[in-house]
Amino acid sequence: MSAVMPELLTSTHVEKMKKKKPPKRYWEETENTDQSQRRPEEEEGKAGQNQNESTVKERPLKRKNDERLEKKDPFPGEAPIPHKQLQKFQRGEKCKVPAGARRRLKEAITSSEAMSEHAQKQAARYDLLLPEDAGFLEGDEDEDTNTISQDDIADAVDITSGSKYFSLHLSQFGPYRLDYSRTGRHLLVGGKKGHVACIDWQTKDLMCEMNVMETVNDVKWLHTEAMFAVAQKRWLYIYDSKGVELHCVKKFNDVLRMQFLPYHFLLATASATGFLQYLDVSVGKEVAAICTKMGRLDVMAQNPHNAVIHLGHPNGTISLWSPNQKEPLVKMLCHRGAVRSLTVDKTGTYMVTSGLDRKLKVYDIRAFKPLHSCFLPAGASCLSLSQRGLLSAATGDIVQVYQNILGSSPVSKPYMAHRLRGQIWGLAYCPFEDVLGIGHGEGFTSMIVPGAGEPNFDALDTNPFRSYEQRQEWEVKALLEKVQPELIGLHPEQLSKVDQASFEQRHKEQVEALGFDPLAKVKFKPKTKKKGRSSAGAIEKRKRKVAHEDQRDEIRQSVQERTEREKELKEKSNEKKLGNKSTLDRFRK
Amino acid sequence: MKVKVLCRNPDDYVRETTRDIQRVPRNYDPTLHPFEVPREYTRALNATKLERVFAKPFVASLDGHRDGISCITKHAKSLSTVISGACDGEVKLWNLPRQECLRTVQAHEGFVRGICSRFCGTSFFTVGDDKTIKQWNLEAPGYGVREEPINTILGKAVFTGIDHHQRESTFVTCGQTVDIWDEQRSSPIRSFSWGVDSFSCVRYNPVETELLASCASDRSIVLYDTRESAPLRKVIMQLRSNTLCWNPMEAYYFTCANEDYNLYTYDIRHLDVPVTVHMDHVSAVLDVDYSPTGREFVSASFDKTIRIFPKDKGHSREVYHTKRMQHVICVRWSADNKYVLSGSDEMNIRLWKANASEKLGLLSTREKAAAHYNKKLIEKFQHHPQVRRIARHRHLPGDILKQKREQREMKEARRRREQNVRKHSKPGSVPLLTEKEKHVAAVVE
Repeated sequence: MSAVMPELLTSTHVEKMKKKKPPKRYWEETENTDQSQRRPEEEEGKAGQNQNESTVKERPLKRKNDERLEKKDPFPGEAPIPHKQLQKFQRGEKCKVPAGARRRLKEAITSSEAMSEHAQKQAARYDLLLPEDAGFLEGDEDEDTNTISQDDIADAVDITSGSKYFSLHLSQFGPYRLDYSRTGRHLLVGGKKGHVACIDWQTKDLMCEMNVMETVNDVKWLHTEAMFAVAQKRWLYIYDSKGVELHCVKKFNDVLRMQFLPYHFLLATASATGFLQYLDVSVGKEVAAICTKMGRLDVMAQNPHNAVIHLGHPNGTISLWSPNQKEPLVKMLCHRGAVRSLTVDKTGTYMVTSGLDRKLKVYDIRAFKPLHSCFLPAGASCLSLSQRGLLSAATGDIVQVYQNILGSSPVSKPYMAHRLRGQIWGLAYCPFEDVLGIGHGEGFTSMIVPGAGEPNFDALDTNPFRSYEQRQEWEVKALLEKVQPELIGLHPEQLSKVDQASFEQRHKEQVEALGFDPLAKVKFKPKTKKKGRSSAGAIEKRKRKVAHEDQRDEIRQSVQERTEREKELKEKSNEKKLGNKSTLDRFRK
Repeated sequence: MKVKVLCRNPDDYVRETTRDIQRVPRNYDPTLHPFEVPREYTRALNATKLERVFAKPFVASLDGHRDGISCITKHAKSLSTVISGACDGEVKLWNLPRQECLRTVQAHEGFVRGICSRFCGTSFFTVGDDKTIKQWNLEAPGYGVREEPINTILGKAVFTGIDHHQRESTFVTCGQTVDIWDEQRSSPIRSFSWGVDSFSCVRYNPVETELLASCASDRSIVLYDTRESAPLRKVIMQLRSNTLCWNPMEAYYFTCANEDYNLYTYDIRHLDVPVTVHMDHVSAVLDVDYSPTGREFVSASFDKTIRIFPKDKGHSREVYHTKRMQHVICVRWSADNKYVLSGSDEMNIRLWKANASEKLGLLSTREKAAAHYNKKLIEKFQHHPQVRRIARHRHLPGDILKQKREQREMKEARRRREQNVRKHSKPGSVPLLTEKEKHVAAVVE
């Protein structure tokens, strides 16, 4: 129709001069194509409009022309947000207004819902502005990505990224354990035979290096790169980044593995004597010491979502611990042999375990159900999950990286593989980088794994480029909002839910707190009367008068109800009889 | 082979010069921010604690009167000026920001019973025990000129209160009767009485300006319309009300301060039952004043404390007291909604913050934002037991605490007794009365 109108116009005009047409805009064409692809229901709407137009056709044409020339917004309203992006920022289910809600409650709920929806949309829109994209590795046709060597990758990428593939040959004091700081800038390596070093690994600056002249079981950064903890042969030591010994914590002995809970400022340690201990590093106090009674604890991981500690045991079980409970929160049998290694992804949904039975299993730890398992010929001694869900497993002297392992699809062939010399002892992904650090018998190797790291960091939480002042500022803020260890549990979001404790439960708690039951019925105590009327027999008699009062009430009530019911039935039957009676019945004998 | 590896250019993430501000790229992905709820809860707990730490409501004390303060009034136009009257007949004008007395007038012999400022802010009226109404200029007289009232009216009986009309040149006094005066005349243009001997307080309605309310000594609150010849209606309570104050925003509500330790908010359309009973004082309530927003009011009591009540809550949100403050006779809420003024028996006028933990003075935008954020956090987590416990806690002087406990016990005993009476009498003969219904004796049209 729009194509016909200009012709019509030119024919009606008196002057045959050519009128200047407005320049064609880019959307005009697309509009036509859109029209052809429109859904039928819209077409109907359009037809209705056309009808309207035809009825008003008598209007002067010139004005109609003006309407045509009016600019129309080709993209009216707000830009749509993809559903998937919105889903990402959804927190829990939407709150519905309960049926019998009063006006004030209704208003509060609707306004808060509107606010949270607005916030969700804003956050989802902000995703467009994120500066970086994740890395990837794609092979040519008929080329498996796991056959591509690290050297080839390092050659193919730019120099800065290429320099992230490097090895440190430290054959004397190995094998090595390692840990990256939370910002991913600093690396801490600890050799079994006492060699400890911390490095700014991107600039290859050595911050400190020393030999503690003792066995080193594990190393861990504390909340900043200014301090780290080393689990040595007997005690736990804390050093600063220059290698000065700050503390020797003698309450923590024979520590084998450590985990640092950054939001709680807790250092969790698992010892050879079967103790799981928590050290509050902000005040230097032991928060909890739990005797697990499970023997030597050398497999440990933390759930970054809820700060629950996972321990693997020689009998194939995995137990979940919080500092508030002396018993495990959950104990699950995962393997037929001993558990060798385990790791949990950052959303706290999946747990990956490997055992002496040479199996690799993926669990959904919200439902405590196995998702799938696979058989690795050599078994995996170390496991690590990256921020974007790549799993690396150390099988013998080979590190294999698996993609898409979290989810329902079964494990396929590895995404990448890399062979090293010597036994692999530590494995960790560098946060916010496509780098996997491997500690092994011959030293340390940093390997490029494209697509491993989260491309966009949040500078208020973890900023790899932060300055000294920013770090100080962050430290104060983080200490102010230190989460208390009492809040560690399986569901951290429980705190925002309405407490719907039942009446019985609340009553039980009240009884516990008070030491007596406030709702209990007071026992009848007869008054003492004078003139010898308070003899034992008389008192007993008086007691019997009120004994079983409530039972008697019940019986009385039920009897009354029964009689009433009977009466009603009788009346009904009488009515029936009366209703059936005819006048002639009286003559009946 | 196609490969891309994360590689960040530091130029995009680090500021160019030290004079620049730091670059802070954000990523709001919830998986990068674990423990959202526990961290927010911790923040809320900290905010609650800090609110209590910074709760220092006392600002200043204005001393200079030589007897107990009997009445205070705000200047109609100027925020910084306050007029106060004492029991020795002295009236003082104060400058609040400089905390100094501007002028002293020996206005009456005996008590100054009431002061009110004229709506234009040029003069004020005082009434005293010497049966006079005096009008004074707010401008100080020139050097060497004696302080003289503009106008003096000699009445027949003692006046106990005065209030000025919002727009017109009429004012109302109370004493033996409620009298309406024209400023130009020396006798009342109208007087109202309803079979009672004296009134203690009279107030003009701030919105419906022809409406008046007064507290009488026969335990009643009487409403008048100045356009009519007789009073409108009255509500008789169990005990006498001392003063009342209209809600300036919803002017169909007024709150009265009662001798039975409570305050009652009434709706003039339904006088038979008060809308809210405000309980917390442990002695007679002597004065009440609304905030200009009409959301809260402040009350002064014989128990040496000041309390601030939200208008629709039964209990106070704040209590102010000091060791030195004696029975608080009068209290006013400043017109900028920030301060509360109290005048007490021991000759001092005290200036308090209306919001105890508020920071005074200019705030930077970040300070303001932080204050708003903290307020919202406290509101969000207000029902958590830890937060509630800290937010609710107020230190009270020992004897008030003791009296509070005592009264709770007395109330419980009364309730129990009533229950027993009800149990042992004919069903329906002892009706169950709510707290609101208990205190109203009758409503007379």
